Amino acid sequence: MESYETHEHDVLVIGAGGAGLRAAIEAASQGVSVGVVCKSLLGKAHTVMAEGGVAAAMANVDKSDNWQTHFKDTMAGGKMLNNWRMAQIHAQQAPDRIHELEQWGALFDRTPTGDILQRAFGGHTCKRLCHVGDRTGLELIRTLQDRVVQIGMPVYMECTATHLFKDGGRIAGVLAYWRETGKFVLYKAKAIILATGGTGKAFVITSNSWEYTGDGFGMAYQAGAQLMDMEFVQFHPTGMVWPPGVRGILVTEAVRGEGGQLKNSKGERFMERYDPKRMELSTRDQVARAIYTEVKEGRGSPHGGVFLSVTHLNAEAVKKKLPSMYHQLKDFADVDITKEPMEVGPTTHYIMGGIRVEAETTASTVPGLYAAGETAAGMHGANRLGGNSLSDLLVFGRLSGHHAAQFAKQNSGAVKINEDEVRRAAQEVLAPFDRTSGPTPYELHEKLQEFMQAKVGIMRIESDIKEALVEIQDLKKKLTTVRVSGSRMFNPGWHLAYDLKNLLTSAEAIARAALMRQESRGAHTRLDHPKTDPEWGKVNHVISKDGDAMKVAQSPLPQMPDELKKLFEETK
Amino acid sequence: MSEMVIRVSHGTTEKMEEKTYKVPVGPGMVVLDAIHYIQSHFAPDLAVRWNCKAAKCGSCSAEVNGKPKLMCKSRMDAYDQNEELVVHPIKTFPRIKDLVTDVSWNYRVNKTITPFTPPKGNFGKMYQADMDRVQEFRKCIECFLCQSVCHVLRNHEKHEEFAGPRFFVRIASLEMHPLDEASRIKFLKEEGGLGYCNITKCCSEVCPEDIHITDNAIIPLKERVVDEYYDPVQKIFRIFSGK
Ligand SMILES: Cc1cc2nc3c(=O)[nH]c(=O)nc-3n(C[C@H](O)[C@H](O)[C@H](O)COP(=O)(O)OP(=O)(O)OC[C@H]3O[C@@H](n4cnc5c(N)ncnc54)[C@H](O)[C@@H]3O)c2cc1C
Ligand code: SF4
Ligand code: SF4
Ligand code: FES
Repeated sequence: MESYETHEHDVLVIGAGGAGLRAAIEAASQGVSVGVVCKSLLGKAHTVMAEGGVAAAMANVDKSDNWQTHFKDTMAGGKMLNNWRMAQIHAQQAPDRIHELEQWGALFDRTPTGDILQRAFGGHTCKRLCHVGDRTGLELIRTLQDRVVQIGMPVYMECTATHLFKDGGRIAGVLAYWRETGKFVLYKAKAIILATGGTGKAFVITSNSWEYTGDGFGMAYQAGAQLMDMEFVQFHPTGMVWPPGVRGILVTEAVRGEGGQLKNSKGERFMERYDPKRMELSTRDQVARAIYTEVKEGRGSPHGGVFLSVTHLNAEAVKKKLPSMYHQLKDFADVDITKEPMEVGPTTHYIMGGIRVEAETTASTVPGLYAAGETAAGMHGANRLGGNSLSDLLVFGRLSGHHAAQFAKQNSGAVKINEDEVRRAAQEVLAPFDRTSGPTPYELHEKLQEFMQAKVGIMRIESDIKEALVEIQDLKKKLTTVRVSGSRMFNPGWHLAYDLKNLLTSAEAIARAALMRQESRGAHTRLDHPKTDPEWGKVNHVISKDGDAMKVAQSPLPQMPDELKKLFEETK
Repeated sequence: MSEMVIRVSHGTTEKMEEKTYKVPVGPGMVVLDAIHYIQSHFAPDLAVRWNCKAAKCGSCSAEVNGKPKLMCKSRMDAYDQNEELVVHPIKTFPRIKDLVTDVSWNYRVNKTITPFTPPKGNFGKMYQADMDRVQEFRKCIECFLCQSVCHVLRNHEKHEEFAGPRFFVRIASLEMHPLDEASRIKFLKEEGGLGYCNITKCCSEVCPEDIHITDNAIIPLKERVVDEYYDPVQKIFRIFSGK
């Protein structure tokens, strides 16, 4: 094979979003050598797009808030399918992680008394979301990025990881290619943290970027790690529906947090019929289903959504609190949100499922392989509450950095990577260049997005999911004939050709788990099994590679200790 | 649906050519949509950076009809439908391929700036009035459009001696941070080359985040440099007031 460069680190972090950067900072603080690999430029990961806020029970606004309440809200939002220990650690540690960001230069919006201001969000019973207007993710990623630059560690930007390698049972490294040149690079590492985010690009209508092709899921699965809860894909209730070019782009939940109202074409605040108590601030799964139903029953807006309105609020306050929404709607949709309602509808936003990890350490089932952020499963159960992702990145990013560094120290012997495996992996990535006929990656991608949206989307039924699985098998075959043209230099067509493999693994995992779960719970709605069934609430679906086939098994949900169970009884 | 002709610059620094494409134009369509259409229908290897498609990440900078713009924020209907639309990579940085340029220089400059330096220990309360100004600077999405348009870099190529408006904004965000204790005034005068800026305001005009780069960042920084180097009274005042 052609020559390739090699780098060696104790801990390699794949992904430079909030989770990856927080992990890298922590690992470096343990005195080990750390490198970060990411597909885009530093500072452009998904985290930069997060708008509404980061959840932490600081009790600055609602004095009654505490970790127990945050924990309860998170579990209730997740329909009790969350890993209780992750939800507990998250609720307990989030406030410290926010204070730490301030010490690194972050500037959150303030209360009149000089504390961090917190806003209301769906499913949170207290005002809990720390924010910076509606650009919270930018503040978070820039603060972490500055910190990483200050510590000084190599960040390998625009470099796509493709295959994980093991030495015996443990993780040993990863193959990647530079997007700029198409040349390969091998990273050897004693521990690897996957912080690669989700897989929204398996669907047509999504708030996610080209990066979200489920690479972490695909690589971990191939390396023998387990995936969990993949049936739970969050459809955010309020994406833009018009004009077509921005269909799916997010309208932050902060719009509702600040008092925005949802109305149908008859002018009714329809949430009254679905969740009269919480109304617009119900959980995302419920609001998304409500909007879907309104549209389906003929009470939708002209472009197939519903109306979201802040016209009853003070115009100046709207511009101050939601500046980027004000501009987004004005620039893209010619809508002045202080004067007219927006048109919104559900958009694929987040995946609760992911790599199965240990709660305390974020370790996957492969020794030396860790996962944090959207790519890890467990924390959010069947439905994630808004704002709980950014806090998840900080809390579990830090833990993964800590434990990966510990693992690297305790297993400090040199790791070996089999040359043959590297060669085979490189060949697989390059294969589409050898073909002169066959479908283009764009065609295959479009097909996948269409049937996933239609058949494994917000409302599911057995026959549809089965059809999708047939189509997935068909696309897998076609992928072996996919053709790309041009050179290896910055070639998006070629990049997509390889991304499709991970997209298909993710799509198959989503579909198989969705088929298996014969109930409706959180973000997973089965038209043929509309009720939530307590029996199904006792199991997670665990996916692993079994030869060439994908295996789905049931695993009993870890049991909460009595003192935590009591928290739920007290409120009954 | 109407059609528009788009001329896109392809190639590398060594070899470049322009190609024209006919693209259907729908309501609300932006230039980045047109580029994606060209990718999936005519030129699958056309290189372009993008992420958010909502003017939040600063990836999709290019020159549309000669003006530095975010492609995801540039509506097709803002241009004359009967004229060719010309899309080039941003000019001030070397091209890698097609619309993708090598912006690594910016990341190198960033590393030379003294990082945030807070006092030791807990710092208690902070008030909104003290951070409004800095929050404006922290809106920067690092699109580098201001770097691309500034004549000191674009025409005079002073990359070695001039940090550029993006980094004056960053330095302003640190210098005016209510908790920061370091001084970057010497850097501004020397390595940063703030003196090269003659306040043309071109940077402020292109900023998609509407940051008043010149008025709110550069001019106050210039004043600080003057105070530090040329005005002993101000300097003593500053020593006693702690900043
Ligand atoms: C529009 C929008 C708004 C949101 N608003 C909020 C909010 O207000 N509050 C909240 O809590 N959550 C919000 N979320 C969700 C939250 O932002 C994301 O879940 C979170 O940022 C994910 O962070 P991460 O660190 O896991 O991954 P990301 O930030 O997505 O980073 C993934 C990283 O992995 C890299 N990567 C992926 N694959 C590879 C590969 N093969 N090789 C190398 N690198 C790779 C990418 O380049 C990137 O650097 C929002 C999401 C979106 C899309
Ligand atoms: S104002 Fe200064 S920094 Fe901005 S473009 Fe003009 S010369 Fe450059
Ligand atoms: S200051 Fe404005 S123009 Fe310059 S990089 Fe930042 S966002 Fe872009
Ligand atoms: S794609 Fe993010 S700014 Fe244009």
